[in-house]
Amino acid sequence: MKKYFEVNTKTIVATGLGAAIFTILFMFIKVPSPIPETSLQTAYGLSAFFAVVFGPIAGGLISFIGHALSDAVQYGSPWWSWVIASGVSGFIFGFAYKRTRVEDGEFKLTDIVTFNVIQIIGNAIAWLIVAPILDILIYAEPANLVFTQGAIATVMNSISAGVIGTLLLIAYAGTRTKKGSLSKK
Amino acid sequence: MKIKLFSYNRLDTPIHRLSGITKLITFLFLTFAVMFSYDIRVIIAVMIFALILLRVSKIKFSQIKVMMIYVLIFLVTNAIITFFFAPEYGVEIYGTRHEILKIFGRYNLTREQLFYQTTKFFKYASVIPFGIIFLLTTDPSEFAASLSGMGISYKVSYAVALTLRYFPDIQRDYQDISQAQQARGLEISKKASLLNRFKNALLIIVPLIFSTIERIELISNAMDLRGFGKFKTRTWYKKKKLKKQDYLAIIVSVLIFIITILISVFINKSRFYNPFI
Repeated sequence: MKKYFEVNTKTIVATGLGAAIFTILFMFIKVPSPIPETSLQTAYGLSAFFAVVFGPIAGGLISFIGHALSDAVQYGSPWWSWVIASGVSGFIFGFAYKRTRVEDGEFKLTDIVTFNVIQIIGNAIAWLIVAPILDILIYAEPANLVFTQGAIATVMNSISAGVIGTLLLIAYAGTRTKKGSLSKK
Repeated sequence: MKIKLFSYNRLDTPIHRLSGITKLITFLFLTFAVMFSYDIRVIIAVMIFALILLRVSKIKFSQIKVMMIYVLIFLVTNAIITFFFAPEYGVEIYGTRHEILKIFGRYNLTREQLFYQTTKFFKYASVIPFGIIFLLTTDPSEFAASLSGMGISYKVSYAVALTLRYFPDIQRDYQDISQAQQARGLEISKKASLLNRFKNALLIIVPLIFSTIERIELISNAMDLRGFGKFKTRTWYKKKKLKKQDYLAIIVSVLIFIITILISVFINKSRFYNPFI
């Protein structure tokens, strides 16, 4: 378990730069949905990818910092309940770290399934439980409204993390050296 | 579409002179105070205080115009969907029912609902000036020093510093890639269908991320070679010492926070101020 929470220089740098990309994607590259105040955020595909490659600490911090920063720039103040939920989702995505063979240059069906199961669990916990409950506790928003928004966000972010995350991981696996690719003659 | 992350300009006002740590702490206390309270009197008072601070820090309207438009759109949509989903929420909170207008079905406008939504509107609006003041008067390079000064691990603070430092670089990369792809005929505007827009977004994200992965290697090697993370603590070049006015500002914000809580506990006996009973 310890290796999951190891923080080295690379984790820090990945967190910093990852959060910067997250902020940019969060503000600029979103596909609008017909439901107000929600859109298909491509940024969660990125946080899922970074979480798998660099671990839960990086994943959680990237989405927390990125979300807080883009909220602050756009609206003047972060919407804390959703910022925290973002962090939770990124953190849980990180449990796919070292569970897939992406660093060995392979991202096949079993890895894709592992990643997507973890990703959907992460999104469900973050958006169906954490975000609505914090919305009610912090902002006293009506319950049926926040749970509906949470359900929509779960579906949207699972699609985003699933499709973009999987494609990025396949592409990334292609750049890694395959395990056992050298053989003695 | 160029957004400057912190359009910080160096001015000499009492707010600018405060240290970053002070501004972060006061920002958190004041926003938590309004986040907690649903008492419109407290909220309006805090809002007036915020507007005075906005005046003192000499922030021009042109600097915050775009933000204001975003916020207004958000507040209006939030108000509409709140009414759509929970038209009786005000009645539920305040326990009385004074109908003003029948619209249709269960959508009747009550005085309680109107009061709840007005309170909520001001509650969310009053936080915004604090965020703006914090963002526009804090030197970005000092920000990481303030985070670490609040007791957050310096490694995490350093990650935030890296985010602020590399945001403009990555934004430039993003624009280069996006324009190069558009020159090849990639359609990312509203003209393309949703599925195509999603696919095309991917064609920008992939090169952006892979160029960043290379950069991560480079920067982390450079930092490792300079011995980053060897010790448990580190010092910050931009850190300011806390002065008398810093302590004063912190005390004021903590007092406002405590008064808000006390009003809720002893006067309103709940988070809501109820004028209907």
